[in-house]
Amino acid sequence: MEQTVAVQMQKISKRFGAVQANHEVTLAIKRGEILSLLGENGSGKTTLMNMLAGIYYPDSGEIYVNGQKASIRSPKDALALGIGMIHQHYKLVDVFTAAENIVLGLNESQSKRQVMEKIQAICEKYGFQIDPNQKVYNMSVSEKQTLEIIKVLYRGADILILDEPTAVLTPQESERLFQVIRNMRDDQKAVVIITHKLHEVLSVSDRVAILRKGEYVGAVPTEKATELSLTEMMVGKKVALDITRSQVEKKEIRLQVENLSCYNQEGGKALDKVSFSAYSGEILGIAGISGCGQKELLEVIAGLAPAAEGSSLTYFPPEEQQPKSLLGLSPKKIRQNGIALSFVPEDRLGMGLVGGMGMTGNMMLKNYGQGQPFFTSSKAPRTLAEKIRSELEVVTPGLNTPVRRLSGGNVQKVLVGREIAAEPTVLMTAYAVRGLDIHTSYTIYHLLDEQKRKGVAVLYVGEDLDVLLALCDRIMVLCAGRMTGIVDAKSTTKEELGLLMTGPMKAAYKETGLLSQEQENAQKGEGHEKE
Amino acid sequence: MKKNNQKTAAAKEPLFRLSRRAQMVWYKAWLIRAAALLIALVLSALLIYAITKMNPFKVYGTMLKGTFGDSLFVKKAGRLSLNRTAWTTLRDVMTLLCISVGLAPAFKMRFWNCGAEGQVLVGGIATAGIMIYFGGSLPTPLLFACMAGASLLAGAVWGLIPALFKAKWNTNETLFTLMMNYIAIQLTSYFVAMWENPYGSNTVGVINRDTKIGWLPNFFSAGANNDFMWNIIIVSALTIAMFVYLKKSKQGYEIAVVGESENTAKYAGINVKKVIVRTMILSGAVCGLAGFIAVSGSSHTISTATAGGRGFTAIIVAWLSKFNTFVMAFASLLIVFLETGANEIASQYHFNTYASKMVEGIILFFIIGCEFFIQYKVHLHIKRSTKEVAD
Repeated sequence: MEQTVAVQMQKISKRFGAVQANHEVTLAIKRGEILSLLGENGSGKTTLMNMLAGIYYPDSGEIYVNGQKASIRSPKDALALGIGMIHQHYKLVDVFTAAENIVLGLNESQSKRQVMEKIQAICEKYGFQIDPNQKVYNMSVSEKQTLEIIKVLYRGADILILDEPTAVLTPQESERLFQVIRNMRDDQKAVVIITHKLHEVLSVSDRVAILRKGEYVGAVPTEKATELSLTEMMVGKKVALDITRSQVEKKEIRLQVENLSCYNQEGGKALDKVSFSAYSGEILGIAGISGCGQKELLEVIAGLAPAAEGSSLTYFPPEEQQPKSLLGLSPKKIRQNGIALSFVPEDRLGMGLVGGMGMTGNMMLKNYGQGQPFFTSSKAPRTLAEKIRSELEVVTPGLNTPVRRLSGGNVQKVLVGREIAAEPTVLMTAYAVRGLDIHTSYTIYHLLDEQKRKGVAVLYVGEDLDVLLALCDRIMVLCAGRMTGIVDAKSTTKEELGLLMTGPMKAAYKETGLLSQEQENAQKGEGHEKE
Repeated sequence: MKKNNQKTAAAKEPLFRLSRRAQMVWYKAWLIRAAALLIALVLSALLIYAITKMNPFKVYGTMLKGTFGDSLFVKKAGRLSLNRTAWTTLRDVMTLLCISVGLAPAFKMRFWNCGAEGQVLVGGIATAGIMIYFGGSLPTPLLFACMAGASLLAGAVWGLIPALFKAKWNTNETLFTLMMNYIAIQLTSYFVAMWENPYGSNTVGVINRDTKIGWLPNFFSAGANNDFMWNIIIVSALTIAMFVYLKKSKQGYEIAVVGESENTAKYAGINVKKVIVRTMILSGAVCGLAGFIAVSGSSHTISTATAGGRGFTAIIVAWLSKFNTFVMAFASLLIVFLETGANEIASQYHFNTYASKMVEGIILFFIIGCEFFIQYKVHLHIKRSTKEVAD
């Protein structure tokens, strides 16, 4: 296959305040090739590509597109050069149809029929499935993504950049996306995928370029790369990619959830009759496409959201004391009842921590009420902050530096550290490693396993199926607020989880291998009904 | 520097762009603030000269004199004492500071209390009412206690009402508190008409003019020269107490958490509604007390001008000082200086007040505007070098 250089980035640097996001990065993007841009969070992948897409302007360095020096000042400039970027957060108008979103902002006089034909042609060429007349608010995440890709193709982009495209997709949807990407490559388009998922890199790309701390480390052809070699390049040192799953013999029931339902703010059912039990000495994984009720489930248990009538939520204290119902108890009441329930929420700075306060201030968030009646005491929190700082290697200029200014990994260490320090009997975590670098992620996995060995019942809401399979003992799958199954993590497969994630109906057809369009539509219809 | 410096400047590069700064060292930040003040003074000087052809330094001198008097201290009966102008300035600073301190807890909670004007007025009405009805019948200490207590209570009620609505129905506190001001102003007009003295003057007049009952007394001497030491003592104590309350107390901690994120507060088990209501009672009460200080410690009368827009000026003070009550003292001084100074040049040079208000506006604009340069860095693309402009 002939490969010409589409984009040449020459010594590109970009700085945000004290942070050097990119430092003299030189990178070539070729036609007819899928390039993975790999790097940990904060390594400057997205920043680098945003400079191609006209979102940022480089501090120094040059960009050549098709051999011509280019100055890309806006997304419009980028599109004029044939560069289109699909961002992590989709930029679509909800109340418009797919076709309307595609032509939005284009100043061309074409009849609706011409537009439809052009869309149809693109879809056929690359294998997209989309209904041009469907409104965006009726679309699933994966459909919205498809629409974003068609949008840039319609505008004539032949250099495509996809930022973390699989973050919100099921394994099956990802595979479909990869097929489309391969079709585009075969059409001599240049495709860049920004990602930090190694197995994806290996399965879809032709070449891998690696960034570390804003600097270009190198590029390798995918066939010569392994997960370990890539990780080493990403992190800069050898990392053991082992997740331990300790065996705990003594298991006791800690939490029994029966027919748990709750409503979201719009009045729809966020959870629909979910039943399960959590045991001490066990990590119960909770899988599902994002927004399927994971957040609500944990928040109801933590006393932050009310459960609907008919729900039952029972806590069994250790040492055979009387079981207690958690229903209707506020977080404060739960604590006052002597129930050590720790919760690491998804929104770390918006719920778990106070962004404007330092580590010390955040340590007393849950127990500031203790001690003398009027004034807070800062001695105990300071000692605890000091302890967490040294044990979890939190990098912070000072204990009073607002935690908002810390990096994502350090923020999470502060939060997890505090929750574990409370010596919980039940520990709930939501997306505990989202946005964290590999090293910190593995620190968190080890901490969770350690808690399990100590006899804590751990609830782990996660998105990376490989991690869920390696870390958890059992995995519960939620789909649109319903529980579609609880499986044994040791014997299940990613495919089985993927099917459960898209709904019980598909899971039922798993045996026959029949996954026709018809059933998918039925699935969708069910979703609409709820809305 | 290096090879890549030879690059030819692309004609299409953007002229400038912004980037957020990391935490700036404190002295650099103050350097920028000082530079902003200097530029503002120079610009105002040019404006003064362009309009009036007067020596701007003389005009600035007049502003200083108008605020602090000819010499700060005067010898009186063998004792050194502040001159009258300076006392008056201090009195105004204290009233403004008291209102700002009242706003501090509400603003820290991100509850935008724009109702200080009304809270001061109802506090003033309560004070004046007690002065008029109980002036002769209560012993002095009890009278003062009643006046202060009534003003606290009135302000608290005025703060409580919008807080209840916010907690219950999540109404917009900015609009609600703003509307409460108009009710308070009308209420004041009603009481002015009721207490009119002398009949037909349409004012309350100086209350207890001869007996001076219910007036905050002189601290140093009983002479004719009024000192405003009691105002200073009360407000200073409040300033310190509020600082400690917000920084060290559990309730202050709750206020900070609720202000930062209601979700975090709920997560921590804080009763958000309770904190909103409690904090607004406090905020309103302190603003009400400012009404007591304005009536009993300064004007000895009540009118719709008792608050005189200071409820709004205090918002500027609170923001300027980032809700730190100690910094508020300086910010209040600056604002009072600008206002008295502007009035002084207006009367001395027969400027119209609008011209002097322009000077005030320029200085405030620069002082508030320079915060942008403390938060952000501006990069200019000039020719081939990238120059960084600090300010």
